[in-house]
Amino acid sequence: MPARLSILIAEDNAADRMLLSTIVSRQGHRSLTASNGLEAVALFEQERPQLVLMDALMPVMDGFEAARRIKQMAGEELVPIIFLTSLTEGEALVRCLEAGGDDFLAKPYNRVILEAKINAMDRLRRLQDTVLQQRDLIAQHNEYLLNEQRVAKAVFDKVAHSGCLAAPNIRYLQSPYALFNGDLLLAAFKPSGGMHVLLGDFTGHGLPAAIGAMPLAEVFYGMTAKGYSLAEILREINAKLKRILPLGVFCCATLLNISFQRRVVEVWNGGLPDGYLLRANGTQRVPLVSRHLPLGVLAPAAFNDRYEVFPLELGDRVFLLSDGVLEACNQQGELFGERRLHRVFSANRQPAQLFAEIQQALLNFRGELQDDVSLVEVSMVEEGSLSRGPLVFTGSGQNSPLDWSASFEFRGETLRRFNPLPFLLQLLLEVEGLRPQGGALYSVLAELYSNALEHGVLGLDSSLKCDAEGFAEYYLQRSTRLAQLREGYVRFHLQLVPEDAGGRLTVRVEDSGSGFDGQAIVEQQLRVDRLCGRGLALVRQLSERCTWPEDGRGVSVEFSWLAGA
Amino acid sequence: MSDIHLDSAVLAALHDVMEDEYPVLLDTYLADSEERLRLLRQAMREADAQGLRLAAHSFKGSCSNMGAPMLASLCKQLEEVGRRELLAEAPELIEQIEREFAIVRILFKSERQRYRT
Repeated sequence: MPARLSILIAEDNAADRMLLSTIVSRQGHRSLTASNGLEAVALFEQERPQLVLMDALMPVMDGFEAARRIKQMAGEELVPIIFLTSLTEGEALVRCLEAGGDDFLAKPYNRVILEAKINAMDRLRRLQDTVLQQRDLIAQHNEYLLNEQRVAKAVFDKVAHSGCLAAPNIRYLQSPYALFNGDLLLAAFKPSGGMHVLLGDFTGHGLPAAIGAMPLAEVFYGMTAKGYSLAEILREINAKLKRILPLGVFCCATLLNISFQRRVVEVWNGGLPDGYLLRANGTQRVPLVSRHLPLGVLAPAAFNDRYEVFPLELGDRVFLLSDGVLEACNQQGELFGERRLHRVFSANRQPAQLFAEIQQALLNFRGELQDDVSLVEVSMVEEGSLSRGPLVFTGSGQNSPLDWSASFEFRGETLRRFNPLPFLLQLLLEVEGLRPQGGALYSVLAELYSNALEHGVLGLDSSLKCDAEGFAEYYLQRSTRLAQLREGYVRFHLQLVPEDAGGRLTVRVEDSGSGFDGQAIVEQQLRVDRLCGRGLALVRQLSERCTWPEDGRGVSVEFSWLAGA
Repeated sequence: MSDIHLDSAVLAALHDVMEDEYPVLLDTYLADSEERLRLLRQAMREADAQGLRLAAHSFKGSCSNMGAPMLASLCKQLEEVGRRELLAEAPELIEQIEREFAIVRILFKSERQRYRT
């Protein structure tokens, strides 16, 4: 038994109306009757019947006009209209359909056919109902989804703000939907004034691809601000992603650590396409090749944080790209590929036009714009030419300890695996008065530490770094000797004393090496080629006072501040 | 009873559908038909071809439903006359329709008698 319907019968002939009404009622439906079109429209508005049997020719208002009005009132809902007619001319039947009629019933009425038609129309009506419900449901789901993405993006934008991407030595190109393509671009100043840059590409699309970006960004920014090294940040990101992401979700990434002061870049590439070191003189393109699995794949013990170090000159550029470029596909199914990219590089004359030229090449290749391309280029600039905001602190600074001293000795095993600088910096920046000098403090500590470690403990000769070959050799020796390190130490003696209107920090750094004549080294370094470390000159420049104790073992630096300064 | 005037098979089906309401349907048809005839005459007097066509069309519909094929066929001819605005042919047809309706009316009255409660 089909559902009981409410059926409107519009028929000017009383006998026919009665007959139809009786047939419809006998079939279990509720019948409403009208004797002309105007009555039918009024009754429809009032009772909202689900189906209409409509005579075509009626006085006052004919069935065509009434059908048009009823269809308009019904809106999206399907209210089937069956025209009752003995019209035989094709033209009249067409008029019925044009007015919104769904079917015809010829006189004399046959109740079996009428019943079958009512049932057929009821099926159609319910189908339309279902379609509308599902459409609304889909629209609702879609709205939820978009809302979730908006919320996710808002949260993400807070956590993974673009860092220092606005710095004048960075150029980048990223779609506003990059997050939901899994692409991620982060850049942050290190306390020492250098820069960490990360270009990442998570597997997958949509929210699942975006979700891993948040912990990654938090680790990246948090650890960079605290002065952790590239290797430590890589290890932490890998371990965190491995722990929290489901199997098969990981992040291809390239990390750069650029030191403007030392003029080097450290590069770690896990799974991203080759980046390039573009020399300022335009002759050379050094590929920055992926040598690792992506982040989040390997267990912490198996993870390899080995990075490559390249010397940079002013104007050299490090260029990174996501696989959206190489994997752009044209209508013949060909990939854009590296060969085409190299052609763009070779044809490039104005460095500032490179991104536009890559985009244009992609557009020519595909015939339409590509929206999942991420490009970034970081230039080597003069140290100190970049302005940056102050370091960010989480503490309130209300309870600064002011009068204390402490000594630390870091020995063999620790020197191999642990970077003590973030630890020391965190401790010192508890002192509110030191915070405005946080960057200088970090730079000085970093320089003194690497000096103590590399020259004192490991016995490396910095004059090696005077040419590009020696530079590579220096870093090779550094990692070999560090791996073999069994003994030796670096000591930090920290002394903090209050002064009349502020305080003074004295840091003395000693190492187990044979000692050195600081004054002589400073004089030597001022003379040597610019590839060499200019570290001690920097220390002298950044600290208030820099002295070498008479025994030659170590160096002492001082920082002071005025309260409220 | 002659099936040219009134189709007994149609009447049987109507009775089947209407059950107790069958006599009311017959009364309704007869009353409505008187009204259609009046409208026909009026349209002819006023030389209203469209009115003639509509009244004939409606009358034709109920006659076919009620099993009066001869009358339905005459109405159809009149509807065509109205549509083609051949008003000169209308009086002759209307007279035929009135004669045929008189016969149908008598037949319905006697059918009506059989179901008097």
